[in-house]
Amino acid sequence: MHERKTMRAGDQPWVKWSLIAMAFAVTMLMLVIPLVIIFKQAFAAGGANYWANLTDTYTMHAIGLTLLVAALTVPINLVFGVMLAWLVTRFDFPGRKVLITLIDIPFAVSPVVAGLLYLLLYGSNGWLGSWLMDQDVQLMFSWPGIVMVTVFVTCPFVARELIPLMQQQGREEEEAGVVLGATGWQLFRRITLPNIQWALLYGVVLTNARAVGEFGAVSVVSGNIRGETNTLSLHVELLYQDYNVVGAFASASLLAGIALITIVVKSFVEWRQARQRAPLDDQSDNR
Amino acid sequence: MNRSLSGLLPGRSSQPGKRVLPGFALSLGVSLFFISIVLLLPLTGLIMQTADMGWERYWAVVTDERVIASYKVTLWAAALASIINGLVGLLLAWVLVRYDFPGKRIMDALIDLPFALPTAVAGITLTALFAADGWYGQIFSLFDIKVAFTPLGIIVAMSFTSLPFVVRTVQPVLEDLAPEDEEAAVSLGATDWTVFRRILFPAMWPALMTGVALSFTRSLGEFGAVIFIAGNMPYVSEIISLMIFVRLQEFDHAAASAIASVVLIASLILLLGINLWQARYLRRLHGR
Repeated sequence: MHERKTMRAGDQPWVKWSLIAMAFAVTMLMLVIPLVIIFKQAFAAGGANYWANLTDTYTMHAIGLTLLVAALTVPINLVFGVMLAWLVTRFDFPGRKVLITLIDIPFAVSPVVAGLLYLLLYGSNGWLGSWLMDQDVQLMFSWPGIVMVTVFVTCPFVARELIPLMQQQGREEEEAGVVLGATGWQLFRRITLPNIQWALLYGVVLTNARAVGEFGAVSVVSGNIRGETNTLSLHVELLYQDYNVVGAFASASLLAGIALITIVVKSFVEWRQARQRAPLDDQSDNR
Repeated sequence: MNRSLSGLLPGRSSQPGKRVLPGFALSLGVSLFFISIVLLLPLTGLIMQTADMGWERYWAVVTDERVIASYKVTLWAAALASIINGLVGLLLAWVLVRYDFPGKRIMDALIDLPFALPTAVAGITLTALFAADGWYGQIFSLFDIKVAFTPLGIIVAMSFTSLPFVVRTVQPVLEDLAPEDEEAAVSLGATDWTVFRRILFPAMWPALMTGVALSFTRSLGEFGAVIFIAGNMPYVSEIISLMIFVRLQEFDHAAASAIASVVLIASLILLLGINLWQARYLRRLHGR
């Protein structure tokens, strides 16, 4: 690596350091202090109270339901995300671009609208829901409905992480594998997976973060039955509306913890990917 | 392990245009099945519900005075929030790409916090900060400004939840900028501002616009963070998503669907627009 000696725009010390100071101020005010406040409020009534809030029956139930939702959503979207990424980066076919656009729908649609779509179809008035009702199956206002909307809301994450990476890596390695007689599973396991593992990990972590924290869509289909269909996010809202602010922030602190883990994993994944690329960059710099 | 096999088999070169890799039928089947069931099938419920209404009733619902007020609040707040994010995002992206300083990696990682933090948590946190007795609220109240439970609160919540978009779209473009033009301009005596305005900004602005548009789209649909801080006063601080929610709680599914259809069409048009715009400027970048 060689240092550039030429001056570029914004390299004068006073410009540089005042911009850095502004960026620090923004980061402190918009990101760090809100994070601090969550934990400060959660522990406002002391550690024993914090623990009592978390081990409350309804809170424990909300934690359990939230884990169940994530445990079902993540594998479903993992399989779908990998399949879709394989399809659109490894084959050319008409309608490929349409698929890539369709997968972004959940990003553009308001979560409340997403919840409503499911309620209209699977609720007792919907054409599918009324039929299911006759079969004695109720999906809305119970946990399956929560899982269904969560799958909708989080389905782009894995695919979105994988598609640009797999596009950039190209098909040559896998094609060589085919020539050498590898089966489909061997190709994926031995060639594709090692190449995409870190992006895949981040996609999974993002899916998990959103699955655990989804609020708008879930609140439309949940019915907010305490101890039954209350996820952790909805529980935060319930406690907050009950003026139990400390309790709300105690539950919120768990969700904030998952968010922190998510961004740590992201930094780690980026560091790994930068290290994988580093030898190549050095070569091109020395030329 | 594959390398050890390479001498054993005669090389069959792959013909362009022919599908060499396995799994086409499987991945196509799974993807189409999933997209149909999860993304497209639920649309039928909305279409049937609104088709039952009749045009006059539909029009009356979507142009109701309170609903119109909610469109306006949402659009204004989302527009202002995405402009704020354009400026703040540009600053953060610039500082993160151009300079080295202690704490840079932590700053870079923290940018993603709004994406990772559940919106309900963001909502109660911002409300606690901006309420009259909160850390920020106290400062604002010195100037007689109320943020929480006013439309200003909506802007705050929307800027927080969509903060990362601009940073993450501008950052890679800034990193890839070839330094030659800029170095030439500086050595010829151009001021920083001229270099920024004439050389850097023209290269960055498609990415900046994409980031702002993504931030705007996300803000239009934001619900969790907003409802806690907005105060939700009819005609004043009620956002569109909340209007849908209110109609649902009145068990007026038809009205909820009508408003949702407006929101859905608007967001699909935005999504399509952003995709076309990105495809165009990506082509231009690579076409050089």
